[in-house]
Amino acid sequence: MMPLKPEVWVAYTFAVLSGFAFGFVLERAGFGSSRKLAAQFYLRDMTVLKVMFTAIVTAMLGLVVLRSLGFVDMEKIYVNPTFLGPQVVGGLIFGAGFAIGGYCPGTSIVAAATGKLDAVAFLGGAMTGILAFAGVYGKLAGFATSGGQRELLMDWLHLSYGTVAILVTLLALGMFAGAEWIERKMRGVPAPVAKPDGESAAPTPAE
Amino acid sequence: MAKVIRDESHPVEKPMWDPYVAGFFLGLVLLATFLVVGRGLGASGALARFTARIADTFVPTWVSSNGAFGGYFAKGARWWDDWLVFEVIGVVLGGLAAGITSGRFGIKVEGGPRITARQRLFFAFLGGAIVGFGARLAQGCTSGQALTGGATLALGSWAFMFAVFGGAYGLAYFVRRLWT
Repeated sequence: MMPLKPEVWVAYTFAVLSGFAFGFVLERAGFGSSRKLAAQFYLRDMTVLKVMFTAIVTAMLGLVVLRSLGFVDMEKIYVNPTFLGPQVVGGLIFGAGFAIGGYCPGTSIVAAATGKLDAVAFLGGAMTGILAFAGVYGKLAGFATSGGQRELLMDWLHLSYGTVAILVTLLALGMFAGAEWIERKMRGVPAPVAKPDGESAAPTPAE
Repeated sequence: MAKVIRDESHPVEKPMWDPYVAGFFLGLVLLATFLVVGRGLGASGALARFTARIADTFVPTWVSSNGAFGGYFAKGARWWDDWLVFEVIGVVLGGLAAGITSGRFGIKVEGGPRITARQRLFFAFLGGAIVGFGARLAQGCTSGQALTGGATLALGSWAFMFAVFGGAYGLAYFVRRLWT
């Protein structure tokens, strides 16, 4: 029965190995580049959305299938507790910082490991922000800890696990179609402002 | 100071993976961590522990009495004694190995075409600070909340994910000078 939950040092060895694979895939996806990541927010490169939702759907469907076969006990798998207010406000703040800094924490670690000095600056900033949060935690604790229930999409939608998994898969497929459409559309659109070095932003016809 | 690198095309670079292929492999890694240890991936949680460790060198009494950090140094607890700390060590090694083998490793400042390297470093730091603060408030980041919580269908993680895209798309127009 899974999860296996091995003893601690086996788990930590596995943590290093899975982290290695995680970092390797992020680099190969192109996420060591802040310009590629930021392009997501200008609709010029939808890689972030495609990679994220493919990964979510892959892991989700894996769990759904293994659960239905009785190989995995979902009750023993950690589910992030829901703190709706802090997660929405924190997410909005996080997204704003992502658009300014061009990274999220995981991708900045990969970018720093591949020599990007702006990622090192981002990580220094992230640690400063974490410190600042700790500094004002006394004032925020009431809000930051509001919630904490184990709440799943199926509880909220009053649907079964399998139905939600199908809906999430359909949502992802819809977003993939939209992403491909946007990328085709944007390929012919010149950058909002001509580049200062006179590089021509000549439109290339889609396909 | 080095100029901002604009041209990313190096002839020796290995091509990036197709996004759907990369996402599939990322999903398999995530599934493996669920099945082996019953937890997913993360990044900001480990950064918080590293930050607390550094702060502990200078202001140990403040750290141990702090509501956000104190738990890492509670009696019998060790700051490094967490799955995410070891996972992030792996992320560094995996990123480094991938960067070297793809030909994309290089010491440089990367940013948009209209800003200097110095400006890029400033805005990277600023963005990082905002991200760090938001990640602690939301108790996780794109890895620990959006990806991991997304795959386990946690309601709050999905709310976080849409809030991140909302915040980023909402601000992107106003900071377009940084990237376009």
